Formats: sequence, C-alpha cells, structure tokens
Amino acid sequence: MSQFDIEKLPKGSKGFMYDWGSDQRAFKGVPWGKAMMWIFLLSDTFIFSCFLISLMTARASTVVPWPYPSEVFGLTVFGTSVPLLLIAIMTFVLITSSGTMAIAVKYGYEKNRKLCGWFLLATAIGGLTFVGMQAFEWSKLIFHDGVRPWGNPFGAEQFGAFFFMVTGFHGTHVSIGVIFLFIFARKVFRGDFDTGRRGYFTSMKSDYEAIEILGLYWHFVDLVWVFIFAFFYLW
Amino acid sequence: MTSDKKQEVHTHKIGVYLWIWGLLFVFSFFSYMVDYINYQGLLRWSLIIFFMFVKAGLIMAIFMHLYWERWAIVNVLLWPMTAIGVFIAIMAAESYYTFFSRMFYFVVGS
Repeated sequence: MSQFDIEKLPKGSKGFMYDWGSDQRAFKGVPWGKAMMWIFLLSDTFIFSCFLISLMTARASTVVPWPYPSEVFGLTVFGTSVPLLLIAIMTFVLITSSGTMAIAVKYGYEKNRKLCGWFLLATAIGGLTFVGMQAFEWSKLIFHDGVRPWGNPFGAEQFGAFFFMVTGFHGTHVSIGVIFLFIFARKVFRGDFDTGRRGYFTSMKSDYEAIEILGLYWHFVDLVWVFIFAFFYLW
Repeated sequence: MTSDKKQEVHTHKIGVYLWIWGLLFVFSFFSYMVDYINYQGLLRWSLIIFFMFVKAGLIMAIFMHLYWERWAIVNVLLWPMTAIGVFIAIMAAESYYTFFSRMFYFVVGS
C-alpha cells in the first residue's frame, strides 16, 4: 500500500480530479467500511425515494380527497386537540438521539471509552422510545380508527397502504439500528476497540471508526425521517 | 494503510454538535409550526421544503461529516440525487396526466 499524506494532496475540485485520476483507490482517507456504508446508504436513499415518489404519484392522481394528516394524527390533550402532537415528539426524540450519536462518535475517536459507551446507550434508548411511540401510533390507527392498507374512514384508500409501507420501512430501519446500537454499546464498554478483540461474526479486529460507520447509518435514519415528516405528515 | 488511518482521525469541539442539535430542534419546531398555524397552499409547501432541506443539509454536512470529506466521495454521493430529481419530474407529469384522464373518463366520459 502506498503511503500518502492526505494533508498534502490537492483539495476541492482539483482533489476530486486527482483522487479519481490516481491509479490507487479513489476514496483517499476513507476506510473501506465507511465507503461501503455510504454506498449502502446511497442505495437505501433510492429505495426511500421510490416510496415517496410513488406517494406523490398516488396522491396527485387520485380523484378522492387525500386524508388530512394534521387531523388524522392529531391527539386530544386535556380536552384540546393538538395537530400532529405525537409525530412532533417523535421527531424531537429522533433528532436528540442523532445528537447523542454524533457526540458518541466524537468521544469514540478520542478513545474515551466510557463516555462513548454512555452516549451510544442514550442513542439506543432514544431509538427505542421512537419505535415505542410508533407502535402506539400504529395501534391507534389500526384498532381505534380502523385504517387498513385497502381502506380507511378518512378519504383516499391508498393512504393506509402508503402509511404502513413508508413508516413501516423506516421503523424497521430504526429497529435494526437500535439492535446494533446495543451491540456496539456493549462492545465499547467491554473495551473491544482498545484491546483489539475480534468480532463475533467477522472475527476481525476493529476500532472506533466502527462507531462512525454505525453513526452514519443512524444519522441516515434521522435524515429519512426529515423527508417522511415533510412529505407524508406535513404536506 | 495504518498511516492514513491515523490521519483520518479528526475530532471537533462538542459545541459544534450541540449547536447543530439546537438548530435542528429550532427548524423542526418551525416546520411543526407551519402545520400548527395551518398555513396552506404555496406558502405551506415552500416552507416545508425549505426547512426540510436546511435540516437535511445540517445532518449530512455536520453530523455525517460530509463537510470535512474530500470531494471524491462527496461528489459520488450527491450527483446520483439528480437522477431522483429527474424521476420526480417524470412522475409528477405522469400523475397529472393520470388525474386528467381519470377526471375525463369518470366525469366527462360517463
């Protein structure tokens, strides 16, 4: 492997030409795991885009009025109905967990084992809270309002199908993230990245850059929620 | 391999993340207020899109560290988004056509 000093390489668009024109790897200074996670996230972006674009297509082409999410997802608190209350709380919870994740990545790179672990744990609990509130939202819509993928009492029939598909796919991502957050919190607390202990599945040594890769996934989940919040709930 | 791993490490002050966290809270609150105040029409849509892109940009640039990455990877990640933009345009045109033909055959045609 050739050695290079990343600080001395050209930057910006010149650096782009230089990196891609070199007969070595194109992503200089990017560990392979991080590059692979980015490429996975890119493909995931396309999947979520397809969901949201088909939501747009269904909603723009239906001749039946689309249910108004502001009222469908409203909650009644102390006798007054507040629009989208649960969704707003879910948004803030997910953003908070994204913030703690960013801090966990920072402490990981500083090799601060304990703080990194605690912030990972806080992130996992934030994610778990989000999934819990989503379960509440789903059960309210299914059992109380009678929303089904093929129909609902509010308006256009496609509403239910898109609701379950889009939020379900996102919720699955959050759930998988929570599982990995717990696994990696345990690994960090045990000191796997300091002692070079080999992973259970990969039997490879790893270090704190694994936390950044996990962080990329978690921030992406938050990023997707930003778009779902805008296009499904607010539009 | 090991030498550039060490160079890769760059940590920022915790204040950067707390700032972005706070900004994301504020912008989420604003986009929620769009619904709470019940703005409708073009104002609603443009505000939603604006806050959405600001939040997405902050998350990608700071939390996902894209601001500090080299252009080689930033370009690989952002250019494919134009394909999504084209797809949105195609499907928007298609859905308006579907809506038109439904209206035509359901209402006028019957």
